[in-house]
Amino acid sequence: MSVLQSETVSAEPAVVISGVTRSFGQQRIIDDVSLTIPRGELFGLLGPSGSGKTTLVKLMTGIDKADKGSVSMLGVPLPKLEMLHRFGYMAQSDALYMELSGRQNMMFFGKLYGLNRQSLRQRIDETAALVDLSEHLHKPVTAFSGGMKRRLSLAIALLHQPEVLVLDEPTVGIDPVLRKSVWKELKILAKNGTTVIVTTHVMDEAEKCDRLGLIRDGHLIAVDSPASIIASTGCGSIEEAFIALSQQQRFGGQHDES
Amino acid sequence: MMRVNALALRIIQQFLRDRRTLALLLLAPLLILTLMKLVFDGQAVTITMGTAQLPSELSARLDDAGADVRAYDDLESALEDLRKGKLEAVITRQENNQPALTLEGSDPSKSKAVLLLIQNALRGNVSTEALPAVTYLHGSSDMASFDSFGPVLIGFFSFFFVFLLAGVSFLRERTSGTLERLLATPIRRQEIVTGYLVGFGLFALLQATLIAWFSVKVLGLYMTGSIGYMLLINLLLSLTALTLGTLLSSFASSEFQIIQFIPIVIVPQAFFSGLFNLDAMNPWLQKLSIVMPLYYGADAMRGIMIRAEGWADIQQDAYVLLGFSAVFALLNVLALRKHRKL
Repeated sequence: MSVLQSETVSAEPAVVISGVTRSFGQQRIIDDVSLTIPRGELFGLLGPSGSGKTTLVKLMTGIDKADKGSVSMLGVPLPKLEMLHRFGYMAQSDALYMELSGRQNMMFFGKLYGLNRQSLRQRIDETAALVDLSEHLHKPVTAFSGGMKRRLSLAIALLHQPEVLVLDEPTVGIDPVLRKSVWKELKILAKNGTTVIVTTHVMDEAEKCDRLGLIRDGHLIAVDSPASIIASTGCGSIEEAFIALSQQQRFGGQHDES
Repeated sequence: MMRVNALALRIIQQFLRDRRTLALLLLAPLLILTLMKLVFDGQAVTITMGTAQLPSELSARLDDAGADVRAYDDLESALEDLRKGKLEAVITRQENNQPALTLEGSDPSKSKAVLLLIQNALRGNVSTEALPAVTYLHGSSDMASFDSFGPVLIGFFSFFFVFLLAGVSFLRERTSGTLERLLATPIRRQEIVTGYLVGFGLFALLQATLIAWFSVKVLGLYMTGSIGYMLLINLLLSLTALTLGTLLSSFASSEFQIIQFIPIVIVPQAFFSGLFNLDAMNPWLQKLSIVMPLYYGADAMRGIMIRAEGWADIQQDAYVLLGFSAVFALLNVLALRKHRKL
């Protein structure tokens, strides 16, 4: 059924968010955000911690529900349970079962996505090879290093060959060599048609994305390619551009009372 | 169903990797039951009694009744030993020839035993024909107190350990971030709760079987009913503990806070489970027992083991326990809405 659906609506963008607001108690975490991410794009969501990146990611996947506004993924209005099949998710923390082996973790999540025994075995081999964990899968996750855990999380997110891949801070706490290889992998996935949405607070990572959304205090302050953002602000780097844009937002007309 | 199975299998795998927790679940109840048996089934206490100026005929009768009788020359030295704790009671003869008894008195059960013994001794040579023939409707003359509250303890320990483990492991699912990750997969909220029920249920069943077998076959607990019913009730009680534990873990933010539920949720249930006589309680207090799962479990267990009750007698308890589990599981599904609306 999902195959049919994806074919009939293949022209739809990966994610469309319009006028979305989300508050927790008194605090407005996401404030009137609109954003469209076309298919096959490597999209980066850049912002300091606490800016609302994770909340926005949860809203665009339908894990969380907006108070106001609408969200759709691949042309289907969210939240909808069936859509949880169509994206892969890598959470900020390594959500792994420490007592279990790498393979047991992969088997478990694969079965939740409804993969049958045979294709699951095949996908485990493929994704494990992709993140270079093939010979460690029998070990319990307790014995994994921080980088190995991140790679295992990535492999799990890729198991069911999702059309959209959502990664919340995928490179936190991993070494530069590994970070580079993860980014190389994301580029390849995007080139092969997977929409990749990545959150980060590392500025130099942001420059590797096709397009960037800069987020601050729940507002999307700019959405464009890294080069255009730098050019439009007349700054020398994304970092400076972010600071310049934040100040514009702070002193600009659209800012609300604090 | 596949997702429920996957979740249940994962819980089983986690258990098998965590031997210590498995041992706690399976062996700790056996250890405690054994200790209880040893503590409560000690030898009968002999009563040491001092006598002063007592006719030798009465002393002999006391001796026959089972007391350890020590004769003193004067009342004062007997009382001195009573104060020192060497005696439980001192019996003497007053001016008017009536016997007088002084009890040590700090332990009511000992005082009662002394009084009973003296009554028996004073009743004296009533002919044996006058005594009624005794038959027991339930139980027997050699049934010990442990036989009477053993069934309650079996239910209590199943409940306690399953509650603790289910609560902690569901909490860990939340604090380690795996619940959030789980909810980013197409698993339904009711599938999570069911998966936990199946996975833990299997270990609860194993525990129930082990406890039942151990207490009947090894400890020799008095048992006249059907072991199948005993298992059923124990399993239902474990399911209630499981659903209650996972539900309450939603309101705890650390393992320590799960422990804090013990005095609030577990201990009061012990009071109302039949370990203490409910009829002696204030009527309004007695009514509290209707909200306590352990009360129903213990009632059924006692019925099965001591009175050989069949399905007709225990079905009400069974349905109530099932109802508790269903309500807790449903609330659990609702509590998960906090994390994902779908």
